Amino acid sequence: MIEQKIVEPEYLFFQADREEVFITGSEALKEAIKRANVDMAISYPITPQSESMHLVGDLYVEGYVREYFRGENEFAVMSAVAGASMGGVRVFTATGGPGTLRAFEIFPAWAGARVPVVCAFMTRGVNSPLSIQPDTIEMAFMLHTGIVMFHAETAQDLYDMLLKAFVIAEKPDVHIPVGVFADGFFVTHTREKVKIDPAEIKLPPYNPYSSPVPVMDMENVPVRHMRDPFVMKSNFISYAAHASWQQEILAAAERARKHIHKYLGGLVETENEEAEILIIASGTAVSQSREAIALACQEGLNAGLVKIKSIRPFPEEEIRKLTQKAKAVIVPEFNRVGWLCKEIKSVVEDNTKVVGGPRVFGGMTMPPHLILAEIRRCSQ
Amino acid sequence: MNKNLFKISPGFEDIMPAEYRELVHDGPYGKNLGVSDLGTFKELLEEHPLCAGCGLALSLRLILASLPNPEDTIIVGSTGCSSLAFPQVGVHNIHSLFGNQNAVASGLKRALKLRFPEKTKDVVAIAGDGATADIGLDMVMHSWFRRENIATIMLDNEAYANTGGQESGMSPQGTVLYMAPKGKKFPKISLPEIAREVGCAYVAVGSPAQPRPLEKMVRRTILVAREIGPTYLQVFCPCPTNYKFKPQETVAKIKQREKEGTFQTREYITLEAQKLLTKLEEGKK
Repeated sequence: MIEQKIVEPEYLFFQADREEVFITGSEALKEAIKRANVDMAISYPITPQSESMHLVGDLYVEGYVREYFRGENEFAVMSAVAGASMGGVRVFTATGGPGTLRAFEIFPAWAGARVPVVCAFMTRGVNSPLSIQPDTIEMAFMLHTGIVMFHAETAQDLYDMLLKAFVIAEKPDVHIPVGVFADGFFVTHTREKVKIDPAEIKLPPYNPYSSPVPVMDMENVPVRHMRDPFVMKSNFISYAAHASWQQEILAAAERARKHIHKYLGGLVETENEEAEILIIASGTAVSQSREAIALACQEGLNAGLVKIKSIRPFPEEEIRKLTQKAKAVIVPEFNRVGWLCKEIKSVVEDNTKVVGGPRVFGGMTMPPHLILAEIRRCSQ
Repeated sequence: MNKNLFKISPGFEDIMPAEYRELVHDGPYGKNLGVSDLGTFKELLEEHPLCAGCGLALSLRLILASLPNPEDTIIVGSTGCSSLAFPQVGVHNIHSLFGNQNAVASGLKRALKLRFPEKTKDVVAIAGDGATADIGLDMVMHSWFRRENIATIMLDNEAYANTGGQESGMSPQGTVLYMAPKGKKFPKISLPEIAREVGCAYVAVGSPAQPRPLEKMVRRTILVAREIGPTYLQVFCPCPTNYKFKPQETVAKIKQREKEGTFQTREYITLEAQKLLTKLEEGKK
């Protein structure tokens, strides 16, 4: 293994001198994993994710990752990831689009088992006829799996969110999986300036005994020994046990909020939040919205921007407060179903002022003019 | 496992459950016990909620009593009848989902190798015939292709018993079960032969009708997996509930099937595994 100095997460995130490099999102992922002290990574190809796990394979060859292999399909990979995590190592994988749905059964099982897995999702379309193009529709499916969900706008976000995801996922009061979502191609395959830490430093290792559930290593008491398993019992005690467990997973995600504030600076970021017209977006829709707002400004129109970084937990209170005075709320999205719009409508007090769209999907780009047209319409 | 880890702190003896106290005082950890010692020690399986006469429950008891290294064994199970018994087993065991046991076991074994390079940690996947030969077949076979150091044990009750008795790939041809209302149209999957062909170093078929030979097979399955590569043991566990025979006839059923030629105990051992076993088994004498 390559020698790297272990530093406190706060040092790595906020204090280390960073170098600016011009790299793709996939390369930013490699740089993050290089400094994440990952024990094991398990891969499976799918466009547009494949390159990122190739690069993690390079890290294995270079001695930054201790174990790496290709599994047989996404469900198997995610299952092996669960086994590795239960065995007490820090483990990473990535997928996207149809891969996410192929593996889908495992995500609530990850959360229920309290495994602190970090998984990158490079989003793409899941429809038939076959598409490999950008689309965030898989996030709609992921909303209720119990995992924490971050949405990266840029390669810089992807780098930072991945590193911070390990630290947040492994907090004993959280200890549930964190998914870091990045829009396929738009983030993974385009180059931008990314500030990265020195390669000589890395996060502290995972301490498996900080887990709120027993590590499956026979080095701690086999406490699962119980007299009457409630797996299928039809009685109140069994229902209550399952119900409280589900609530505990939700509560774990709630407890992540304070860590998200500490490490990500909050669940949202705002620009000109006092404006009458607010655009609320996540992922690369944020960048397109920023362009649209600049164009609107040239026309003398005043619009503000709310970037949502954490989709789960969702910034309910933040959105409720931010939208109180706004005349209109525009929610541009890279998917057909408008899952973010639905989330926002569920928390805005007068949700008739929420404009669902513009929406593009099937791989389309989102010209800022589409968003500008909505700003113009709402300004009338 | 360091036995001190689970010793009861002074003053707490009286509030710990009886079965836990018994495990600490009379459990099998580190004692090198086996099937012939049953009745003299606290078994790893604390009762069980399975049906009267369940061949699977009997097999599981015998398998657990045969573990060569229970203090450092982690079991990965799957959904099915056996998943009702595993919460009452006194070694770490994982239930993840239906059919993914060999994938989970692959990740687990590699993780334990990283964390305990100097120590033996046996990872054993124990699941039913549906989980092993049907829904989980790709993950079972890929763990074999990858030469994972895990032991795979199928509890073959020839049906999806926990869901009420549906046909599985391991049901004999012609059997009328749910989802095969006109009788099963194709023969029992020959997974032992498949396992041999894809390179499992040790493959065996046994049953609880012969506890001592079964014990030997379990030990061989785990010892070869530890040292060489994937191994497979298929245990015939007839199901009185879904095959509708009397609970006391389970063992007789196995013997009857053996007589008919529809169940055969057998072993396939590679040369490499045979060398290892000869060395280990001679050393024991």
